[in-house]
Amino acid sequence: MYTYIIKRMLMLFPTLFGAAVVVFLLLRLIPGDVCMLKFGGEGGYADPEQIAQCQELLRLNDPKIKQFYDYISGFVTFDLGKSMWTQQDVTHEIAIRFPLSLQIAIMATLVSVLIAVPLGVISAAKQNTLIDYFVRAISIAGIAMPSFWLGIVIILGLLIATQAWTGVPWMPPIFYKPIWVDPAHNLSQLIWPALATGYRYSSVATRMTRSAMLDVLREDYVRTARAKGLIERVIVNKHALKNAMLPVVTVIGIEFAFLMGGLVVTEQVFNLNGVGKLFVESVTQADYTLTQSLVMLVVFIYVVINFLVDLMYAWLDPRIRYS
Amino acid sequence: MATSELPNEEFVLPKQKTIWDTILRMLRRQPLGSAGALVILIMGFAGLFAEQIAPFDPEMENFEYMLSPPGTVHEETGKVFYFGTDSFGRDQLSRMIYGARTALLVGFTASFFGAFLGLVLGVASAYFGGTVDLVLQRVCDVFMAFPLIIMALAIVSIFGTGVEMVIIAITIPFIPNCARVVRSSALALKELPYIDAARSVGYSHVRIIMRHMVPNVMAPFLIMLTAFVGQAILTEASLSYLGMGVQEPTAAWGLMLQGGAEEYAESAPWVPIWPGVAITLAVFGFNLFGDAVRDVLDPKLRSQV
Repeated sequence: MYTYIIKRMLMLFPTLFGAAVVVFLLLRLIPGDVCMLKFGGEGGYADPEQIAQCQELLRLNDPKIKQFYDYISGFVTFDLGKSMWTQQDVTHEIAIRFPLSLQIAIMATLVSVLIAVPLGVISAAKQNTLIDYFVRAISIAGIAMPSFWLGIVIILGLLIATQAWTGVPWMPPIFYKPIWVDPAHNLSQLIWPALATGYRYSSVATRMTRSAMLDVLREDYVRTARAKGLIERVIVNKHALKNAMLPVVTVIGIEFAFLMGGLVVTEQVFNLNGVGKLFVESVTQADYTLTQSLVMLVVFIYVVINFLVDLMYAWLDPRIRYS
Repeated sequence: MATSELPNEEFVLPKQKTIWDTILRMLRRQPLGSAGALVILIMGFAGLFAEQIAPFDPEMENFEYMLSPPGTVHEETGKVFYFGTDSFGRDQLSRMIYGARTALLVGFTASFFGAFLGLVLGVASAYFGGTVDLVLQRVCDVFMAFPLIIMALAIVSIFGTGVEMVIIAITIPFIPNCARVVRSSALALKELPYIDAARSVGYSHVRIIMRHMVPNVMAPFLIMLTAFVGQAILTEASLSYLGMGVQEPTAAWGLMLQGGAEEYAESAPWVPIWPGVAITLAVFGFNLFGDAVRDVLDPKLRSQV
């Protein structure tokens, strides 16, 4: 088991290294360097001084190998350079926004689990009934609905509902306060983006729970449980659910990793100053130092979570033994 | 008498299947898939004949009709703004109809190229095996570690915005996904005797891959292709919404939601509502249709998601 963990951990590095290479190639080796792109415009006048300054900042005049070495060692030492736009440390820019995004990601995952597991189980237990069709329709709609539009609809719904009930339209607060400072304020701001993102991510998990439950409910030991006269609820909740959770955990884990992608759009709708919004800004402002660090951050989260999901497999299903 | 009639019956040719029989059969077997196909057909029709259907020019600005509610009549022409107008006084319905064209163009092109390149890479990876396979798969690993929208945004940040760039940005992340799935089917195929036979005759690698292997992995290819279209439409909408996709004044659904759709949520709810409904319906349609395609082509895959 431990050898497996270590081996699997070592496997993380080639992927991360590969991703770093891809980002490096994308940003450095394309024709015309990034500074020309940023300040040059289309055939327009480019201030040579500005470009020189930018090239200096990105150390674009160094040999490519040296650049690559600096770039990689930057990741290892967490010295990610300065943002080309704000001149602040990239690490600082990310650090001040990360708690907000992480909180939404965790809340959205919770929302997604709370929707997906009960719905998936009911849907499987009542296969091919009206309830089943209804649940499936909800989950397919969740995949089809863009989360930013759902966000807009939620805001619209809030405005209309509060207007109708209290006479005064209410909007979620704009300024972020950490949950340990003002929990009510914090939750009333972040619950909506978490709902919008969580619903979307629950769709795949609902479908997964349903199909995993259907598979497990057809197994011999479930038939035995039925034969000895256990009530259906106990069979579903105690016997089947635990074994059906394996693929569901995978899906939820992978989605948590991809949540960062989902947040890019949701934070924009709710105007939240998180990592996702920072990413969009960095792309819009051609802030390459920031863009490359954020891309690597997302990839890092994804790779690490995948690793943790793999480990959880063995914990959830003792039949799986790694060698 | 009865005995002499029997042979006659046997020689009656089976009734020629008309296209209607096929459609009816599909409706019975795959009602949801048919509903999806219907949505796609309507969308395709709207996209193809946008000039004929759309009541207004989608890029025509009428400042005296800014944010008019649905049902407002354009006085000069007597035409009705059925879905209202946006903040430039442009007809929402017309922009939605033209938006279908953009969505389909991006959706189909990105999915086709993404799935096709993935198909070739996946089959080649399985066929050559060994180091080639290992390297290609590790490269796929790397690309698959980027969430779709992040990868697309990173690509757009380098190559710029606009329809063509959006297509490229969505195509690239699709390639490794399709390659991975196709490879697993092609691995089994590679062991079949006819591939050995083809090799022993001395056919080139390209010929074996393209003529002998690719046609036999069409099922996973088509499944991935149909699954991609919905995702591509959604990603295009997200990119355009963020202002990093299709640019004004081109009509695109995501773009219609960008720039103040939230602002008008209360005063002019038709501005944010309709484009979102269009995106949702389109992706819904493609997903239902994709599910049906998967059920028909590969029942084994049904239990996975």
